[in-house]
Amino acid sequence: MGHGFKATRAGVAVYLDAAEANVLRSLVASMVLDVVQPGETGDDPLERALRIGPATEPTDPVLARLFPSAYADDDAASTEFRRYTEGDLRDAKRTDALTLIETAAGGEVVLTTEQAQSWLRALNDLRLVLGVRLEVTEEIHQEIADMGDDDPRYPAFVTYDWLTYLQDTLVQALW
Amino acid sequence: MGSTAPMEVERPIADVRPDLPWVTIVWNDPVNLMSYVTYVFQNVFGYAREKAEKLMLDVHQKGRAVVSSGTREEMERDVQTLHSYGLWATLQKDG
Repeated sequence: MGHGFKATRAGVAVYLDAAEANVLRSLVASMVLDVVQPGETGDDPLERALRIGPATEPTDPVLARLFPSAYADDDAASTEFRRYTEGDLRDAKRTDALTLIETAAGGEVVLTTEQAQSWLRALNDLRLVLGVRLEVTEEIHQEIADMGDDDPRYPAFVTYDWLTYLQDTLVQALW
Repeated sequence: MGSTAPMEVERPIADVRPDLPWVTIVWNDPVNLMSYVTYVFQNVFGYAREKAEKLMLDVHQKGRAVVSSGTREEMERDVQTLHSYGLWATLQKDG
């Protein structure tokens, strides 16, 4: 897990061994695609045409973090905003996740500008999902250091840390 | 008063008063990377790196920062874009 992204003449690139590519694809599939279902619309044809969906704030903390309320102090306005935007946002996150799954393979992975943006967002969504589930804090490095490798949480935290490294090197390569 | 006063005096005051500006706020969270948040501010708003970094540090150190202002519709678009990048963003009327 020592390779990060770098800028090359052909675009940003990362070397993944076959196991890393597998882990990445299966994590995005199970933690993002399975969690973020396609946007729903009501049965009404007009609602379907305008992509107006259900308006309830998610109760699951992961979904609440991926789809936050837009107005901190106005529930009614948040509900309206959600009705008109959450479906598109779900679809966008799924498109990003699928792009990562389709392009992550063992060996040298070279991304176009557009694919790199999808990877950035998909890696971030994956880290958000894991971060909420693992209840990570800003002191994560200290936590991992204190944890010891016999701690049952250790593999998940180390994986999270690897994803952080991948995403951070991707940002640096894009700058 | 003559009866030839301009018609706009009949418009309700609320309609001619310019809308109070709205603002987009980004909130701190333990997952989003400092580098990533800076990059998103540059990419989404076209801010120079220095301004983007200052806003990121405000979010990180103060817990939140106003990252853009404009009409309500503009701020709704900004919030939607920031949500697509996984940032925790909200909008509200300024002041």
